[in-house]
Amino acid sequence: MGKKFSLGRLAFIGTPYFWLLIFFLFPFFIVFKISLSDLAVAQPPYVPNFDFSEGWNGLLLFFSQLDIENYTFLFEDSLYYKSYLSSLQIALLSTLLTLLIGFPIAYAMSKAPKRFQALLLMLIILPFWTSFLIRVYAWIGILKPEGFLNQALLWLGIIDKPLIILNTNIAVYIGIVYSYLPFMVLPLYASLERIDMSLIEAARDLGCSALKAFWVVTLPLAVPGIIAGCFLVFIPAIGEFVIPDVLGGSETLMIGKTLWTEFFNNRDWPVASAVAVILLLLLLIPILWFQKFQEKQMEAGT
Amino acid sequence: MKVTRFTWFNATSLTLGFAFLYLPILLLVIFSFNESKLVTVWGGFSTKWYQQLWENSVYLDAALVTLKIAVVSSTMAAILGTVSALVLHRAGRFRGRTLFSGMIYAPLVMPEVITGLSLLLLFVAAGVAKGFWTISLAHITFSMCYVTVVVSSRLVTFDRSLEEAALDLGCTPFTAFLQVTLPVIAPSVISGWLLAFTLSMDDLVIASFTTGPGGTTLPIQLYSAIRRGVSPEINAISSILVGVVTIAVVIAAISSHQAERRRARNEHLANS
Amino acid sequence: MTTAAKSYDSVSSEFSPWTDSNATPLIQFQNVTKRYGDFVAIDNLSLDIYEREFFALLGPSGCGKTTMMRLLAGFEGLTEGRILLGGKDISHIPPNQRPVNMMFQSYALFPHMNVEQNIGFGLKQEGKSKAEIKDRVEELIQLVQLQQFTKRKPEQLSGGQRQRVALARSLAKKPKLLLLDEPLGALDKKLREQTQFELMNLQEQLGMTFMIVTHDQEEAMTVASRIAVMSKGELVQVDTPAQIYEAPKSRYVADFIGNVNFIGATVDSIAINKDAQEIEATLSNNTLVNATTTEITEIKQGDSIWLSLRPEKIAVDKAEPEGDRNKLKGTVIDIGYVGNVSTYHVQIAEDVIVKAQRVNRNRLRNRQITWDDEVWLHWNEDAALALDK
Repeated sequence: MGKKFSLGRLAFIGTPYFWLLIFFLFPFFIVFKISLSDLAVAQPPYVPNFDFSEGWNGLLLFFSQLDIENYTFLFEDSLYYKSYLSSLQIALLSTLLTLLIGFPIAYAMSKAPKRFQALLLMLIILPFWTSFLIRVYAWIGILKPEGFLNQALLWLGIIDKPLIILNTNIAVYIGIVYSYLPFMVLPLYASLERIDMSLIEAARDLGCSALKAFWVVTLPLAVPGIIAGCFLVFIPAIGEFVIPDVLGGSETLMIGKTLWTEFFNNRDWPVASAVAVILLLLLLIPILWFQKFQEKQMEAGT
Repeated sequence: MKVTRFTWFNATSLTLGFAFLYLPILLLVIFSFNESKLVTVWGGFSTKWYQQLWENSVYLDAALVTLKIAVVSSTMAAILGTVSALVLHRAGRFRGRTLFSGMIYAPLVMPEVITGLSLLLLFVAAGVAKGFWTISLAHITFSMCYVTVVVSSRLVTFDRSLEEAALDLGCTPFTAFLQVTLPVIAPSVISGWLLAFTLSMDDLVIASFTTGPGGTTLPIQLYSAIRRGVSPEINAISSILVGVVTIAVVIAAISSHQAERRRARNEHLANS
Repeated sequence: MTTAAKSYDSVSSEFSPWTDSNATPLIQFQNVTKRYGDFVAIDNLSLDIYEREFFALLGPSGCGKTTMMRLLAGFEGLTEGRILLGGKDISHIPPNQRPVNMMFQSYALFPHMNVEQNIGFGLKQEGKSKAEIKDRVEELIQLVQLQQFTKRKPEQLSGGQRQRVALARSLAKKPKLLLLDEPLGALDKKLREQTQFELMNLQEQLGMTFMIVTHDQEEAMTVASRIAVMSKGELVQVDTPAQIYEAPKSRYVADFIGNVNFIGATVDSIAINKDAQEIEATLSNNTLVNATTTEITEIKQGDSIWLSLRPEKIAVDKAEPEGDRNKLKGTVIDIGYVGNVSTYHVQIAEDVIVKAQRVNRNRLRNRQITWDDEVWLHWNEDAALALDK
């Protein structure tokens, strides 16, 4: 469709466009630039700084001082690649746990009487509207040595001395599963709820047991929901800061926390930037894959 | 059709699932009324922590700052996000459209630490004073993308012939937008605004990076308190927040339930 | 009435401006082409539509009929040619400035406005005074009989009521031309048939020009003064409903409108009768048949032609009819019973099945002809139409 060029159209497209260019895209170039700079005791704490007054020579000097030593540092110091690997492991495992816990909930919701489903859906979403920080904080009181969980287990006689859960990776798993459960349940419920009951009946009619019908009909049809749910948990979990910081211990390595420490405690902006750049590149793989998956879904559906 | 069986297995899953989701919050609220300073040992009923909170201006000030930032940023985000959704659905093809839609969807999956860091570095490079406005700008930028997603999903199902009908009856494209498109998509803009508001109220990481003097938000204040350890005071303020959200959501649920009943009544009316 | 060679249309003498060479058309498509990239939606099409016509565009989906309507409304720009309205070129006038209004297939009622506001919307845009709008809206509400529903929102109305609101809204500005895009498609069959007559009466009463797009041939036959049958962006035939049905010019049109049998034949002799041809032909089993054309065609002696025969024009009998022409013998292989009529599928040769229709004057249990019966099919000598193969 041939559209005329007009000032109104320019303003219409341009306003959000330039907003995102300035406040979203451009900052990444700055991050990238600083990741090639060196730490310095200055304000801001890195060199070189680009000086417009020196013109072309200033520009050349500026580029000549950039190097990739922050990146080589990331590979030399085991802290960083261990952080990346540990983030990956924690995110993967907690995504799996969330799926295992979320699936029965979503399944039961889709099977609940229709008039209750809206209410159940609201109850799943409600925690999302309450503060993330508060929900994570609530677990401190439960998991700490003299917390509710240990009190209950001691009282029941299951254990005879308190379990150490808080400030371990287990607490981080619990925190992630708890915080991201709604993100898993919602897409799962959406795809399960859409399944035509007559498909199950057809499978039963053709000789499947209830369990078999679930395995060969329900589960395959729920795959888009499973993938969407896993993506929605895995992606934010990998860069998570609050949960490992509040519930995890000193041995809990997660890249979001490492970046935070590098930035706020060590004030090493160049290394923090390099950490961010690598994290971004790592995330690109699942994101692009998911996008492709969704496009395929779109083509197949409707 | 046969009524689907609701098995004991399903009932157990739901009970355990919701217990897992709500028990921690419930314990938090209960123990905010604890007399004892120990958060996990019941020492009798008391509202003293709430009184203390009321006397401690730090939290009140932070709450006020957070509220201001949330109002400013969600309103701007609603406007920019709606415009973005319209650009994606109505502007047709233009140069850089792929980049634009990429920039809309990327912030949704971007780790907060990266968004926060990159915005901070931008503000430092630009030499602006950090505080209220830098947090607001940061919040506008990421929450406008959420608004876009919400409004987009409404525009997908929007019947284009409504706009054509308006043009056909004498509207210019602009008056057609004001008189027809905007009123029809308004509910989605409002839900987008609410989402942006909540995201802004809730954000700790991005705010921590972009904050400065006069920009201490409630999550930042809470976080530093939590770093110092568990306290009944945190429980009290958390309970207030949970209460406010619960009341708001319940009101929203009731009004949407009423809208549903109205719709059912209308349907009945239409068929009579 | 002089140019129409063999008109089957009894009412055409009352209203037929298209036969009057002095009449000026209201709408003129002049060599209009519309392309979307490589796809040609409308191909070099010319068409005149006259004032007070109820003009129907008929064709399968994707034939370009909706594009024609959208070109007229101004929602699409044309690639080549021009469109005139009352002699004025409107090709580049935006939709909001055209004296043309449209009733949408989805009705496109504004969900946030009640019945009155919807109907008055166009008048408000014109800047009419409140009193004027009120009067006109009241008038329209009377016209479509929605007096009890003026304050209701679209979602509180039934399908039929919504349809009437949409109609009233599109009539409000008294457009020179009203476009109706599948206006009755969402209604059930009974209501649709009833509404067709309401539309016709309304059009006559208001003396307006209507143009309807439909894929329902019965609807087009019922309401239209003329029908344009479209295929792949071209007009195949533009004629009155009776002419389209009785005198289709091509196999496509004959097949598209109603049921029809095509039987191959070879031309023996041709006689000219006024502006038409009278043909004698032989079928492959040596049966002699008569056929006519509706105009002078290029059919010559020895040509293979299609004999086009409507099922209701063929009689089914057990006894052999008199005469040696226009009859065929065969076996009943299927009977399609729809209550008032039955369609008999009669096998004539191995690969020739002819459908014949019979009114069920007798009770079903007294049916005289049944499966596997040997029957005779026969028809009048003016029943068959000759179409170029």
